[in-house]
Amino acid sequence: MTLDPLLLSRLQWVWVISWHILLPAFTVGLASYIAVLEGLAFFTGRAVWASISAFWTRIFAVSFGMGVVSGIVMPFQIGTNWSRFSDTTANVLAPLLAYEGLTAFFLESTFLGVLLFGRKLVPAWLHFFAGLMVAAGTLFSTFWILSVNSWMQTPQGFHVSDGRFFPDDWWAIIFNPSFPYRYLHNVTAFYITTGFVVLGVGAWLLRRNADNAEAGIMVRMALNLLIVLVPLQMVLGDLHGTNTLAYQPAKFAAIEGRYDTVSPLPLTLFGIPDDVAGTMRYAVQIPALGSLLLTHSKDGTIRGLNSFPADQRPPVGPPFFAFRIMVGIALIMLFVAVVGQFMRVGRRLYHSVWFLRLCQWTAPLGFVAVIAGWTTTEVGRQPWTVYGLLRTAQSVTPSLTGADVALSLTLYVLVYLIMFPTGIAFMAGVVARGVNAAGTGPTTIEAGRPIPAYIAPAPLPVGE
Amino acid sequence: MAHSLVPIWTVILGLGIFIYVSLDGFDLGVGMLHGLVAPSEREMVMNSIAPFWDGNETWLILGGVGLLAAFPVAFAIIIPAVYFPILVMLLALVFRGVAFEFRFKHAGMSRLWDGAFCGGSLVATFAQGVVLGSFIQGFKVDGRVFTGSSFDFATPFVFLTGLGLVFGYALLGAGWLVMKAEGALQAWSRRAARICLIAVSCCIAAVSLWTPLASSVIAQRWFGSASAAFLLPLPVATVATAVYAWRALGHEGAWQGFAASIALFALSFLGIAVSLWPMIVPGHFTLWEAASPESTQAFLLVGTLVLLPVILFYTAWSYWVFRGKVLQSEGYHAV
Repeated sequence: MTLDPLLLSRLQWVWVISWHILLPAFTVGLASYIAVLEGLAFFTGRAVWASISAFWTRIFAVSFGMGVVSGIVMPFQIGTNWSRFSDTTANVLAPLLAYEGLTAFFLESTFLGVLLFGRKLVPAWLHFFAGLMVAAGTLFSTFWILSVNSWMQTPQGFHVSDGRFFPDDWWAIIFNPSFPYRYLHNVTAFYITTGFVVLGVGAWLLRRNADNAEAGIMVRMALNLLIVLVPLQMVLGDLHGTNTLAYQPAKFAAIEGRYDTVSPLPLTLFGIPDDVAGTMRYAVQIPALGSLLLTHSKDGTIRGLNSFPADQRPPVGPPFFAFRIMVGIALIMLFVAVVGQFMRVGRRLYHSVWFLRLCQWTAPLGFVAVIAGWTTTEVGRQPWTVYGLLRTAQSVTPSLTGADVALSLTLYVLVYLIMFPTGIAFMAGVVARGVNAAGTGPTTIEAGRPIPAYIAPAPLPVGE
Repeated sequence: MAHSLVPIWTVILGLGIFIYVSLDGFDLGVGMLHGLVAPSEREMVMNSIAPFWDGNETWLILGGVGLLAAFPVAFAIIIPAVYFPILVMLLALVFRGVAFEFRFKHAGMSRLWDGAFCGGSLVATFAQGVVLGSFIQGFKVDGRVFTGSSFDFATPFVFLTGLGLVFGYALLGAGWLVMKAEGALQAWSRRAARICLIAVSCCIAAVSLWTPLASSVIAQRWFGSASAAFLLPLPVATVATAVYAWRALGHEGAWQGFAASIALFALSFLGIAVSLWPMIVPGHFTLWEAASPESTQAFLLVGTLVLLPVILFYTAWSYWVFRGKVLQSEGYHAV
């Protein structure tokens, strides 16, 4: 067996980014949630907000730390394994990555230190401000990195010379056609992911003690967020899909599992794609619904994959199935969000065992949906790194041997398999100890850090 | 290729890397020393860097991405050439970073995470020294790509630079602890700093002899031409700084030893810059040849000139918030 450095580099990328993306998927939403809680604590002076904030900040510290270390790996991946891509695209993309560092990473990491340990060292308003800055940093970071990703999907504002990209119009580069949709769709996905985690954790705490005030607040806040964001996300997803249809027709055909071009277009619910034969086997279809849903017209159609040159087609399986997983999860999420509102109105929310259990089980669904969505858009972009212009096969580092990458991939797998399960178990431990566990006055210092004031025995002076 | 922004970007990138080396240098150094101090004092040692480490590490990302933006071909050649040192550095930083959070939660496993923290710091530092050494010794290049093997980096010279950086960061770390600690730990840190100072001075001397012997270009730069006389103050200042650091670490003052250690790094950094100037990929690409187009450098420069001072301001502010000595069980007390 010969080891292919291209295939192994792709697997390595999938491995390191899939784990990494789980952390921003959680911390972007959680940072905003903590900022809101800190704001409520500051303006109302009620202790309950500070104690919820302190609880989630303990979890945030762990997930953010894991996000930092797995994130540092990412820009170096571009250099170690994708140096051709780096050299070809850097003139256009590298400034955006650098702006991510300048506007986001420093803001997040510096103010996180103050948020975690500074409560008794800075005035209350400044502590709230630190929470806001951390939240802003996560959103700035998402902005730039998705601008980069979107440019790779829908490049514009450049010219090519000597086989490299050169910038012509920065505004066009940053706000490329798929960027606004991708940004809104992603940030909403991250907020929803966090919302379901907060909901699930709150539900679990309520099942242990239905009178837990903090847990009740968490569940109510999460449900209020989700009843707005889940339907909104469905609309945003549809808009994003329409954008993909316009700019990346081959990807769109792969998502729909559409090999041939027909009108009116049926909607394929399920099937087994066969790329070699160019056909969908065992297809379950609803006649004409595809035209209506996908093109918003009665007899509109999309271009089937078989009409694209064979070397410009993405594989159908991963985007086709991943997309259906994502949509399926969206429907489950909508169900939970709607039922939750009925429960509230009926005043059964805190005591309904089956619903609280359901909330617990759906807590990780956002993560699955994020990975599924990412698989849809990234595998759907193949065989390109820069859509239609630079092939993945021409992006890989030429000096690497298969053995080099096999060794590095093995090490990444081993290290991440130690780190991530430990981190998840660790956060589960924080949850298991409950919201006010730390308030009882632990003698050891949390996470080896200076004792933040909120876990110190003395009461807080409000607003110095 | 006359490109007026290249000198500015050279300065910014040089400054960024120097800030990274100084800041993450001291917290990696503290990490290495953490394994050597008495177990009862490890808590305090860790607390002294807890609010800063991820901000410090952010400069590494900026250094990498800044190189990619300003001198893309250098990034595309250098990073693949040090594939394994970078891999080892990243994995070591992963272990070390998560150890901050993990080491207290599993009573039975805290020793393991202590080991991960100390070992991770040591391995990451050594790997960075190897990257530095590889950069100085140069790479096999054809056109715009690295054509050597992923194991070309492994030479005795990179072992020396790796060792040098380990002692250098440990010196910074010990200097930091002299500032942040009191009593027995402070006295211990002074002794540790002096040992590291001797070791790192030997390494600097060895590199200073080795590089001109190995490269005629570097020999010519330092000893050959008439301009060499103008460079004389650099080695003289380096020796003077080392002597001053030795004295300062033995006396009462808490911060002078740390400041002198930073100055020693700055002078060594300048020395390497003098040796390699104007190459960014030694032997192949000058800074001007490797530069990204003016439109790229200008676009990033506008924001950098605004944002970098802001970042430096709030970074300095966070150090100010956590100023003062760190106590064993009570976190920070403001002075």
